[in-house]
Amino acid sequence: MVSPNSPETPGGAAAAPRATRPIKDVVIRLAGNSQDGIQAVGGFLARLAGRSEQDVMTYMTIPSTISGGPSIFQVRMGTGDILSAGDRADMLVAFYQHSYDAHIGSLRPGGVLLYDSDHVKPAEGDHRFTAVACPITTGTVEAVGGTAKDKGKNIFVLGLIARIFDLDVEKLSALIKERFGGKHEDVVRNALLAFDAGYAWPQNNLRDLFYRFEAIEEAVARTGHPQITLDGNSAVAYGLIAAGVRHGAGYPITPWSSIMEILRSELPKYGGIFVQCEDEIASISTALGFSYTGGVAITGSAGPGLSLKMEALSWATMAEMPLIVVNVQRGGPSTGMPTNVEQSDLMQAIWGSHGDTPRVVLAPKNVEDCFYITMEAVRIAKEYSTPVIILTDQALSSRIEAFDEPDLAKIMVDPKVDRSERPADFKPYPLDRLTQHAPAGTKMASGRYPTVTGLEHDEHGHPTGSPKLHQQMNAKRREKIKALAATLPAPELSGDSAGEVLLVTWGSNWGPAREALARVRAAGVKAGHMHLRHVHPLPNGLEQTFSRYHKIVVAELNDEGVYGFGQFTTMLRARYAMPNIVSVCKTDGLTFKVSEIVAGISRHVESTELEATLGVARQSALAQR
Amino acid sequence: MSSAVVTPPQPGQPLTKKALVADHPTWCPGCGDFAVLASFYRVLEKLQYPHEKIVTFAGIGCSSRFPYFVNTHGGHFIHGRALPFAAGISLGNDDLHVFVFGGDGDGFSIGGNHLTHTARKNIRITYVIMDNSVYGLTKKQTSPTSPVGFKSKTDPTGAVDQPINPMRTLLNSGATFVARSHATQVNHMTDMMLRAARHDGFSVVEILSECVEFFEGAFDAANPRKGGNWVVIEEKKNDGSPEDAKRHDVTDEVAAFKLASLAWPGAFGVFYENKSRKTKNALEADLITRARERTKGASDLAVLQATFAKLR
Ligand SMILES: Cc1ncc(C[n+]2csc(CCOP(=O)(O)OP(=O)(O)O)c2C)c(N)n1
Ligand code: SF4
Ligand SMILES: [Mg+2]
Repeated sequence: MVSPNSPETPGGAAAAPRATRPIKDVVIRLAGNSQDGIQAVGGFLARLAGRSEQDVMTYMTIPSTISGGPSIFQVRMGTGDILSAGDRADMLVAFYQHSYDAHIGSLRPGGVLLYDSDHVKPAEGDHRFTAVACPITTGTVEAVGGTAKDKGKNIFVLGLIARIFDLDVEKLSALIKERFGGKHEDVVRNALLAFDAGYAWPQNNLRDLFYRFEAIEEAVARTGHPQITLDGNSAVAYGLIAAGVRHGAGYPITPWSSIMEILRSELPKYGGIFVQCEDEIASISTALGFSYTGGVAITGSAGPGLSLKMEALSWATMAEMPLIVVNVQRGGPSTGMPTNVEQSDLMQAIWGSHGDTPRVVLAPKNVEDCFYITMEAVRIAKEYSTPVIILTDQALSSRIEAFDEPDLAKIMVDPKVDRSERPADFKPYPLDRLTQHAPAGTKMASGRYPTVTGLEHDEHGHPTGSPKLHQQMNAKRREKIKALAATLPAPELSGDSAGEVLLVTWGSNWGPAREALARVRAAGVKAGHMHLRHVHPLPNGLEQTFSRYHKIVVAELNDEGVYGFGQFTTMLRARYAMPNIVSVCKTDGLTFKVSEIVAGISRHVESTELEATLGVARQSALAQR
Repeated sequence: MSSAVVTPPQPGQPLTKKALVADHPTWCPGCGDFAVLASFYRVLEKLQYPHEKIVTFAGIGCSSRFPYFVNTHGGHFIHGRALPFAAGISLGNDDLHVFVFGGDGDGFSIGGNHLTHTARKNIRITYVIMDNSVYGLTKKQTSPTSPVGFKSKTDPTGAVDQPINPMRTLLNSGATFVARSHATQVNHMTDMMLRAARHDGFSVVEILSECVEFFEGAFDAANPRKGGNWVVIEEKKNDGSPEDAKRHDVTDEVAAFKLASLAWPGAFGVFYENKSRKTKNALEADLITRARERTKGASDLAVLQATFAKLR
């Protein structure tokens, strides 16, 4: 039997003998139009992988303005640790000629091209790939019939892929039923029909194209927790809820919007409110008003909106008001490349705004970290009564990854606000202690009620023009951020603890950098990798680590600037005054390929082995044919 | 500036002006804003809200120094953005009584868009605009309510741009309580602020408050002591009398627009009051109630666990 969903599927019971090939991981790129439900297929694969204890990472692009424009979804799934979305695809599924034209270059030689023969004519005489023609459109129309037309092509393709990679049909069918379960029963039936048709189709056409993930049964559940599968923006949103954030305000902008959409519909379940404001200035102002009532509130945006928030952010520093600002970075300046990734908001996050505004900036390394770093940000904001900026990015925002389900019973934070009466000696801005505001609604034993203010002030919040107090208060605001720095854990360091090169990354470059490190070391270069999640303030003691390597190579997704260094590199050079800190930068709107980082390192490190390896193509997941 | 000595309120004792004064005002002698402050103490004395539940907030300007002079929870935000901040306070803790004070530049120029949106959302806030038709703090530039011909530092030969009409602007934005008063009419001003505070929704009182330093005599036209004409809006009493037909129906938006369009200095009093529109505070509370009905009042932990279970 080919499929459990409809036993009478043609081609049925007598399955052809299968010569399955074992593989560790595979990169599949689906290319079509956004209305084809490509994201849905990617989502099914990602969640299936999550349920199968496989690691999974996805890479998705959606055009920002056009609905119905070209769209891709790339999923890499496998049984080992998956760190990056994969440099090149092992399999390309092309729905249209334009999909084929735009993406055939991303398929590695020897890879599998699966195309809809109703729409695509591959280049003649191109023998680099195993080309499989499949009438995806007519196959779907025949299977589903009726008025649905070619709706369901995506699920047909999911069936094809399930067959080729011997995926768990039962789990996939369950996912399909869950996904379409709320809709008309025809919808579920049509989806299962399309799936079965796709699953059955390869029977006589793909004879020797079957793969099986290695040791899929033995893949260990690392903590005994089930895995959850979600994108980075969802992980941020749920991290906020888990950290006790109940109020927020925002204004839509790609790629931040989905965070506010989730919070708008989720927070009421927790007694909270998310307000859609008239602009980003109103958003941060409303969020600060929320924080003033006692919790830690959240606002967020992408680069252009973060710029609009700057004046109020300085108020938050001056008034010492806790706040979370999520900035999902995209390509800038201005509207720039709104649906592409970049790490070019670092400087504005750390230094943007007027006046001296020491503030906290954190950057998650992957989707799982989007959840945990958000919880940490809220803890810091509360403890140090300070704004904290979370710098995530477009790639993380939409990428789906599977990770161990957090143990909520252990880590969930109670959002209770302390409105107990404050003692007679309460001061909103004590010079010798961290500020902890008395939220509006709190009784004051002294009968004196505090003022929070953006004017320089004395310990009671009264405005002052005293030069001495301004210096003292500036020092207070600076020293608390230094106190935080002293508590930060040493950053993750892997590879050789001393040697030729230390690769340094921040934010979402963690994954490809880890893979790049392995390649560089395999080529005989003594190398380490340091990844920073706390980008400001930096943890103490980095200079000792830096001094053990000849070159510090910082890979970041922004321009090398007028002086030849990326934004983080510039900061590290200013901070440590070490001329051997150099940059590998790019701004093509895409995440780093492993090979790009390796090539970047080779430009700064003399190594014939490294150069030699660069010529060699990646050992493929799919066996060479 | 020194902080005023305050007697801690004794339980059961009424809230008096003595407990409400804070720093000594820094305004110029003769500034209209003093009278607004004095009136506000009277309003709070009448309202007798629990002391800790009163919040006084402001943006930037001479008038926006207000919160330093009132001993309540409060603060001084950035120029033009006090309303969205106050929206967060009001929605974040529905128990609080939130008052915002500010100038004509703060409210109608840099904060104009916030005024529109806070009004249309009907967020429970009382907003007092101290309109002096000039930028006071920055020393005499043209403001959005400066009349054409007003000589300021930015218009030395006289302002050329058409000023906005505050009452029409507020009505158009959807504010549910709109009133106008004059800082020389203390009883009227107190009454307007009191009614605004008691209104369940976004209530605004525009108070003509003279800047003696930079726009002396700006509002004499409405001041009888200076030979002006003080025209108070007579509100409908619904007593069936023939004179009642001529009185203003505060629920009639069109009539309010007509009143707002009278020639300078116009009329004073309540232009519009809408008691039927729900506040955003109430609408958001409804959303929470409905969401919690769906989750059957499950704990926060259980709700998030259930969400994660669906992501498996
Ligand atoms: C972003 C910003 N722009 C400009 C200013 C300078 N500024 C302070 S108050 C003010 C105008 C004050 O006029 P108004 O709001 O009418 O208040 P008034 O002083 O007349 O009471 C200006 C332009 C500022 N503080 N912040
Ligand atoms: S400058 Fe004008 S508005 Fe400001 S305090 Fe003096 S009189 Fe009042
Ligand atoms: Mg003014």
